Amino acid sequence: MSDNTITVRFFARLREELKTDQLTIDASPGLTAGDVLAELAHQGGPWSQLQGDQPVMIAINQAMAKPGSEVKAGDELAFFPPVTGG
Amino acid sequence: MISVQSDDFDVAVEYAALRDSGAGTGAIATFTGLVRDSGDLHGVTGLYLEHYPGMTEQVIQGLIDDASKRWDVRKARVIHRVGRLALCDQIVFVGVCSAHRGDAFAACEFIMDALKTSAPFWKKEIASDGEHWVEQKESDLTRSEGWE
Repeated sequence: MSDNTITVRFFARLREELKTDQLTIDASPGLTAGDVLAELAHQGGPWSQLQGDQPVMIAINQAMAKPGSEVKAGDELAFFPPVTGG
Repeated sequence: MISVQSDDFDVAVEYAALRDSGAGTGAIATFTGLVRDSGDLHGVTGLYLEHYPGMTEQVIQGLIDDASKRWDVRKARVIHRVGRLALCDQIVFVGVCSAHRGDAFAACEFIMDALKTSAPFWKKEIASDGEHWVEQKESDLTRSEGWE
């Protein structure tokens, strides 16, 4: 049976405040990155910030994506704060 | 060539490698970024740098490819350090070889400006009285958008 899950990764401030660097969720037809954000934010506590005032950047399979981007089984979805390197 | 590493780098070694890019190269522009003592916090004593392995290298390669389409780029080198860094440590190196100085300056500045707003690195400032994840600066976004 093929794996029907999506890996969700968190970086930097989000990783620290959520006390989570990675989790897996079940894929479903038509699921978007925004749906995943809303579902995780619904848990409350620090997770609420995923739909708070501060911007959350989204990447799917290591390429920048948008809330409306679809995520499928086997994808790597990542949420992180705006980048600050250099 | 792109390197994301915890180890320090030697600008002289990198410059020598850039010089070895053929007789058509007439200009080399380089930039080195250092850890300074003030940012969002005062009295910064060091930085912690995190990145997204894999995506970071892909994004930087995309920036070098973009620069190569816009300017004459004969060779480009980007090094970015991650992990714990102390005051005055080197953080980032960008070097570009071109036929002429205008292209070398422009491509080097473009890669550096775009890296700051698109490559998945995050800086945490460490000060005597606490730690703080650095916020993205409007001025950095403005500089990066200026190249569009």
